[in-house]
Amino acid sequence: MILTPVAGIGRSTLALLAGIGKIGLYFLQTMAALLRPPFYLREFWNALWTIGYNSLPVVGLTAVFTGGALALQIYAGGSRFNAEQVVPSIVAIGMTRELGPVLGGLMVAARVASSIAAEIGTMKVTEQIDALVTLSTDPMKYLTVPRVLAATISVPILVAVGDSIGIFGGYLVGTGRLGFNAAAYLKNTSDFLEVWDVTSGLIKGAVFGFLIALVGCYFGMNSGRGAQGVGKATKSAVVTASVLILAANYLLTELFFTG
Amino acid sequence: MIQLENVHKAFGPKRVLQGVNLTIPKGESMVIIGGSGTGKSVLLKCILGLIKLDGGKILVNGEDVTHADRDAFLAHFGMLFQGGALFDSLPVWQNVAFRLLRGSLKRPLDEAREIAIQKLKRVGLTPDVADLFPAELSGGMQKRVGLARAIAADPQIIFFDEPTTGLDPIMSGVINDLIREIVVEMGATAMTITHDMSSVRAIADRVAMLHGGVIQWTGPVAQMDDCGDPYVDQFINGRADGPIASVR
Ligand SMILES: Nc1ncnc2c1ncn2[C@@H]1O[C@H](COP(=O)(O)OP(=O)(O)O)[C@@H](O)[C@H]1O
Ligand SMILES: [Mg+2]
Repeated sequence: MILTPVAGIGRSTLALLAGIGKIGLYFLQTMAALLRPPFYLREFWNALWTIGYNSLPVVGLTAVFTGGALALQIYAGGSRFNAEQVVPSIVAIGMTRELGPVLGGLMVAARVASSIAAEIGTMKVTEQIDALVTLSTDPMKYLTVPRVLAATISVPILVAVGDSIGIFGGYLVGTGRLGFNAAAYLKNTSDFLEVWDVTSGLIKGAVFGFLIALVGCYFGMNSGRGAQGVGKATKSAVVTASVLILAANYLLTELFFTG
Repeated sequence: MIQLENVHKAFGPKRVLQGVNLTIPKGESMVIIGGSGTGKSVLLKCILGLIKLDGGKILVNGEDVTHADRDAFLAHFGMLFQGGALFDSLPVWQNVAFRLLRGSLKRPLDEAREIAIQKLKRVGLTPDVADLFPAELSGGMQKRVGLARAIAADPQIIFFDEPTTGLDPIMSGVINDLIREIVVEMGATAMTITHDMSSVRAIADRVAMLHGGVIQWTGPVAQMDDCGDPYVDQFINGRADGPIASVR
């Protein structure tokens, strides 16, 4: 039938909407669990370590190359209307407002949403989640809350580190390849960069971190049976987290920088 | 006391429990037998509220488990899962002492560790396994750690899902004796799933056979051998032919 592909699109759209609804419900459950004791401090520290600290190399490398490439592009673009001197300030604004949080968020999504989903999914299929319940421990509080909190706190810090390294990458390329004077580059950066450029990016980072951990936990907890179930949960977690980050980024940018 | 009344559960088109009626008196040891895949594990999880019922009622000490305060019930409960279900991010002793390290039963660290090592001894494990991780243990050892975890907080109701599967005959004997002891000593109500007839005879006060989604037969273990039920007879004698089809 000629309508079959259309019906297929309709079905997957409905499935997508249902999925968003379920994640929304999971979000409310997480918030409820967040507000009620007990709070598992040790799980929180562990999560902070694995999500935050261990993501530093990935985020740093992403940022340094991005900052470098950004400097080259802005130089090439700027030279078309003799505005090469905007390189330092545009690199700084581009990194702090957009590329730092978005690329950092996507890298952390790849690293963290996948590992959270795989870990919790495996716990689910090996009955460890059931075992937690029989040991009077709420999986939402023991597994989800520490991870979500840790990611919400650590991703903005990662973004801040990434911003600095990205600007430094631009500086290296600017002074090494494009002939900028080192002192002038730094002065230009600090003269034009505003506090809100940085804080808006950090807020984005916090939202992205929250989404990454929430989505990872959701897909892990709802993993299907067997190794295949865990594999599917992991894939869905990374894809969903990435799409949500990009969508949230657009909404936040609208909110922060228009009107 | 645990009472199941007309319990139904299906997964999609697959009807697993189709009207289970069973009573487990307080302080007694009930053993559930039945072929694999007949829904024995599902039955235990229904009682725990880990799986939602499609129909029927489950009462624990007279209270409906779907309405009752599950936390209060679980505080005096222990379970050994079929696959062990140990937390692989925690060393063995923290698995055993899980309840004693957090929540309302929280103890000082060294005391919790001491209790964990004692419980490990009871299931035939030496103190040097305490600091290993579950992945470093054999299947049988994991099973015993799971058992130690189930009894760590001296529960009043205990479920054992295939406690001796995967153990050698001697260790099976040790575990059978241990379960019997726990029931007698602590006066706990126990529900054990097993295929192992030597376990049944060692552990059970009463036996129930689950087949076709219902309890085919239940009665005291002494009456099991000449109960006259063809299903029970085939099962306990391990015969290939009889009313239970070998392909299912
Ligand atoms: N969560 C689940 N989803 C779908 N089917 C399930 C689920 N849990 C158990 N089943 C099915 O229910 C049946 C009974 O399983 P189970 O209780 O584990 O058997 P056993 O008696 O060997 O313990 C099996 O056919 C199994 O495939
Ligand atoms: Mg089973």
